[in-house]
Amino acid sequence: MITNSTHSKSRSFFTSLGRYFLWTILTIFTLGPIYWMFVVSSRSPVQVYDKPNLVITSFYAENYTKVFEDRVVRTYMVNSLIVATTNAALVTTLALFATYALTRWKLKGSDSIFFWTITNRMAPPAAFILPNFLIFTQVVKFGDFMLFDTKIGLILVYCLFNLPFAIWLLKGMLEGIPLELDEAALVDRASRIQVLFKIIVPLAAPGLAITFILTWVFAWNEYILAASLSSSSARTITTRLAEYVTTTGTNYGELAAVAIIATLPAIIFLTFIQKYIVTGLTFGAVKE
Amino acid sequence: MKKSNTNRLGWILLSPSLFILGVAGLAPFFYVIYVGTHSWNIFSKERGKVFVGVQNYRDLVFDSAFLGTLSRTLFFSFLVVSIELILGFMLALSLMKDFRGKTFFRTVYVLPVVVAPIAVGATWRLMMAQGHGPVPFFLNKFFGWEFNTGASTTQAWIAIVLMDVWHWTPFVTLTLLAGLLAIPREPIEAASVDGANTFQMYRFLIIPMLLPVILITVFIRVMDSLRSMEDVYMLTNGGPGSSTTFVGLHIFRTVFAKQEYGYGSSMSLLVLYFTIVICWLLFNALTGKESKKK
Repeated sequence: MITNSTHSKSRSFFTSLGRYFLWTILTIFTLGPIYWMFVVSSRSPVQVYDKPNLVITSFYAENYTKVFEDRVVRTYMVNSLIVATTNAALVTTLALFATYALTRWKLKGSDSIFFWTITNRMAPPAAFILPNFLIFTQVVKFGDFMLFDTKIGLILVYCLFNLPFAIWLLKGMLEGIPLELDEAALVDRASRIQVLFKIIVPLAAPGLAITFILTWVFAWNEYILAASLSSSSARTITTRLAEYVTTTGTNYGELAAVAIIATLPAIIFLTFIQKYIVTGLTFGAVKE
Repeated sequence: MKKSNTNRLGWILLSPSLFILGVAGLAPFFYVIYVGTHSWNIFSKERGKVFVGVQNYRDLVFDSAFLGTLSRTLFFSFLVVSIELILGFMLALSLMKDFRGKTFFRTVYVLPVVVAPIAVGATWRLMMAQGHGPVPFFLNKFFGWEFNTGASTTQAWIAIVLMDVWHWTPFVTLTLLAGLLAIPREPIEAASVDGANTFQMYRFLIIPMLLPVILITVFIRVMDSLRSMEDVYMLTNGGPGSSTTFVGLHIFRTVFAKQEYGYGSSMSLLVLYFTIVICWLLFNALTGKESKKK
């Protein structure tokens, strides 16, 4: 980042060599565990317990076919997809409204409100499982319907850690949009709502995309709440992953296959937002 | 433009978020406060809740198992956040330069961020497993080292610290990189013309300008590392002994394995309190910086 013209050419050659060395090592370190997961998913139940071999010699596809044929895994994948997508859409929309309010109006105590929303993300999940469980099974109950083991329940409870994050991320984004644009539109007799959808939304679109995808990933990856607030019909794919370790005995090959399948959607999403992710993550901390 | 009679729309826009957080956050929070003042163990003679006032908190202060996990968690947070911050800063600087293949390296490097904590734990457990995991096997083959995360506290700690660094340094790098890209160029160029050396540039210009981003990154990482439990639980199961049992897992066991609802609730309130205090200090440092700038 700091250029100094007095450096000789040979020195810059060595620094670039060093840079490639560093990034190659980092790439190996980063991919190592993921690669090993893939290796394990290619091994038969017997091969798994052999001496570790870093090379894939034969591919035991049964791990994958078994997982794909498993109706439970399919249901859980669909549940995960519905819960994560709905939650991310809900959270992004609500956070857009909330941050629009927080940045465009001088509301009484808005700093405290902002901090309070973040504190919701700080609670240790373990202790809040019990109250949530009771609320889900006993408080919200209409006849046969209860919130426990429903996707709606999970979607709502995931707001607890996603909404604060989304509000934080978007607040920085919206603060970066100059107020003069709002004012110009308001002078032209546009309503506040029109300003939001005609000016703010298009300008904050990359930020909204990042918010949607990061909250989607967080919701997709959540485990503890899903495991304790659902029993069968709303369980998500991460709980299946844990079941491979605990209940069905450790079937490492299939466990690895599920882990790979569960990780793929997030990786695909990540490559979509590569371009924006760097500029979008300032959380509004640096203002020019 | 900020007239009080238009404030109503602001509150209307804010209210759905506040409502959801109120229902999903405040209701359980008050319930935890309420249960925290009771003794409630379904295995004990009295089935229901027995009001005990602040007795749970009196016990907590002398509960060496809880205090042990709490200090261990704080130490772990401090350790991993420091390592991730230093590494992340250096890597963010490296990514500021353009070089061939940068996009590829960055894309690969960010992958761990999106892997589910529980899958991360499972992966690292498979790598560290005795007999069929590559890490102990090759360390033994090439160096003759005995690496067993199930037997040695130090090695278990090395494993979980490495895992956390692997998982979250990319996130730290990204936020710091975003910050570095956003800070204005002119002061740095001016200082360069005035003959400031690299150390002075970082010490007096770049790091002070980047401080808000650094604080936010620390804030997020501290907050998340204090409450996380799945990955370490999968890798070491809190062992050997209780040497890697962090406070999240300890609460989970108190509430679910021992069914000590009241005691577990008071525990988590205390942890929440500590987290809020730490984050409040960081938040104040942050907003203090901003108001000074204005």
